[in-house]
Amino acid sequence: MSAYPILDQKDTRSGFGAGLLELGRNNPNVVGLCADLTGSLKMDAFQKEFPERFFQVGIAEANMMGIAAGLTIGGKIPFTGTFANFSTGRVYDQIRQSIAYAGKNVKICASHAGLTLGEDGATHQILEDIGLMRMLPGMTVIVPCDYNQTRQATIAIAAHEGPVYLRFGRPKWPVFIPNEMKFQIGKAQRLIEGSDVSIFACGHLVWRALIAAKELQKEGVNAEVINVHTIKPLDADAVLASVSKTECVVSCEEHNRYGGLGDTIAQLLATRLPTPQEYVAVNDSFGESGTPDQLLKKYGLDVPDIVAAAHRAIQRK
Amino acid sequence: MPLTSTVATASETSIAELQRIASQVRRDIVRQVHGCQSGHPGGSLGCADFFTALYFNVLRHDPKNWDMDGRGQDLFFLSNGHISPVWYSVLARSGYFPVKELATFRKLNSRLQGHPTTHDGLPGVRMASGSLGQGLSVAIGAALAKKLNADDKLVFSLHGDGEMQEGQIWEAAMYAAANKVDNLISTVDYNGRQIDGDVDDVLPLWDLKAKWLAFGWDVLETNGNDMAALLGALAEAKHRTGRGKPVMILMRTEMGQGVDFMMNSHAWHGIAPNDEQLAKALSQLEETLGDY
Repeated sequence: MSAYPILDQKDTRSGFGAGLLELGRNNPNVVGLCADLTGSLKMDAFQKEFPERFFQVGIAEANMMGIAAGLTIGGKIPFTGTFANFSTGRVYDQIRQSIAYAGKNVKICASHAGLTLGEDGATHQILEDIGLMRMLPGMTVIVPCDYNQTRQATIAIAAHEGPVYLRFGRPKWPVFIPNEMKFQIGKAQRLIEGSDVSIFACGHLVWRALIAAKELQKEGVNAEVINVHTIKPLDADAVLASVSKTECVVSCEEHNRYGGLGDTIAQLLATRLPTPQEYVAVNDSFGESGTPDQLLKKYGLDVPDIVAAAHRAIQRK
Repeated sequence: MPLTSTVATASETSIAELQRIASQVRRDIVRQVHGCQSGHPGGSLGCADFFTALYFNVLRHDPKNWDMDGRGQDLFFLSNGHISPVWYSVLARSGYFPVKELATFRKLNSRLQGHPTTHDGLPGVRMASGSLGQGLSVAIGAALAKKLNADDKLVFSLHGDGEMQEGQIWEAAMYAAANKVDNLISTVDYNGRQIDGDVDDVLPLWDLKAKWLAFGWDVLETNGNDMAALLGALAEAKHRTGRGKPVMILMRTEMGQGVDFMMNSHAWHGIAPNDEQLAKALSQLEETLGDY
């Protein structure tokens, strides 16, 4: 897509690491916690520069969430780091009671989300975390799409009062969001304007959606691509404005089809503007070992899947 | 060696005064639980002396100027949130909120939820608790924040002995010792009972003191229903802060202490007295500060 040239190939987790380091330099209340994955989460630069504000908790994620909640009492802004599976499902009750219900200003930062974690396989490839987190009252859920946006989002959530779940990933991925494109929590970004179908995507699949739109254009279909980086609160105005025009929807996410971005959009549309919708999501299964590209293909999250879903959606208008 | 031998303890008159307050706190507990016909009187009664000692003698706190951060003040976290009636009583009696609000315990639209929460802005409560095993981690976090803020005040926490069965407690125990969180005084309400029966029957803790020592804590033992001993232990615990180790007080209590028919059993862990039982309980507890 000529409008979005590939600027670089970088992992989104490195965007988190870069953002956290910037925060450390600009906000003395920002503290980091990690459960024995400092290198994987790219928190090592923060740890090195601010050792007194970094807490290595060991392989004890429940304790990490509780300590983070306690650190807010006294004005700290804790950023916890571990894999998405261990950031959510493993510690759901700790997040529910000590962070969400208690209204604590903790930033739960989760790497290695989804299938693109790759070879480690299904134990680590959580596909349910968006749903888990979005069900918690008061939780903000953000899934940035590339390195630049993950850096921006990391910085933005420090200024947001309240618990946040920030989801990112492991593999190197195209960097295409220009630095001058501002990130705002809760404000979806229309990356391509179109009139035939609205493609809503988050995370790694935004890049896939851009490629799919290019393919669709060759076939005479003008797809609108919207980056819904904030799943909760959903930018209802942006979704409704696009759908009013296109009258059909494709949702794309690296997540189970239950509980994620697709359901979030469907829930809005069911109550406000019933619209044909097709899901590009994992079909209620666990993942497996493989390369990110192999897995996206096998589990139906690749460019041809988005193109086919767009055609199905258009036919249902 | 008696714990009271190493530090000055409270005078006889202040012990008598604290005992008078504790009697009223016990009345508040049974009346709250009776008022809504639900709640947990047993553990609350057992810990009435501890809470009274803490809130009326030990804590350096300013109930009238409460805020969430609590900078420059000692902080307390209740991890076994089900004994909320005793906490609500001492919070109200020490000035955090009006005593008459105790009448709303567990009722619709009350700030006094069945288990404590920050959700409704109740002064004195800094963390939601009820799901067990989480409070020690939170207390550690608050203690770390105090260190970062160069705040020399202390963090206290209370836990049930049944709660020691939760794995997160031991994650937190390991962390606090390894990281020298020595501005933290935790206490276990060691009453030997939990909902399904005696702790020894449900899942024995075996040598709890040896466990905490093995995890690197400084461990004290006391009788939590003997005000003089309790004050001595708390003073000694404060004396031992700042020495590179978190401090644990294993506090032996009797569930239901102060109401004869609620003692020596786990039966009153989580049930409410009827009108007749309430009258009998109150007849054993002197009204010293005026009922709400």
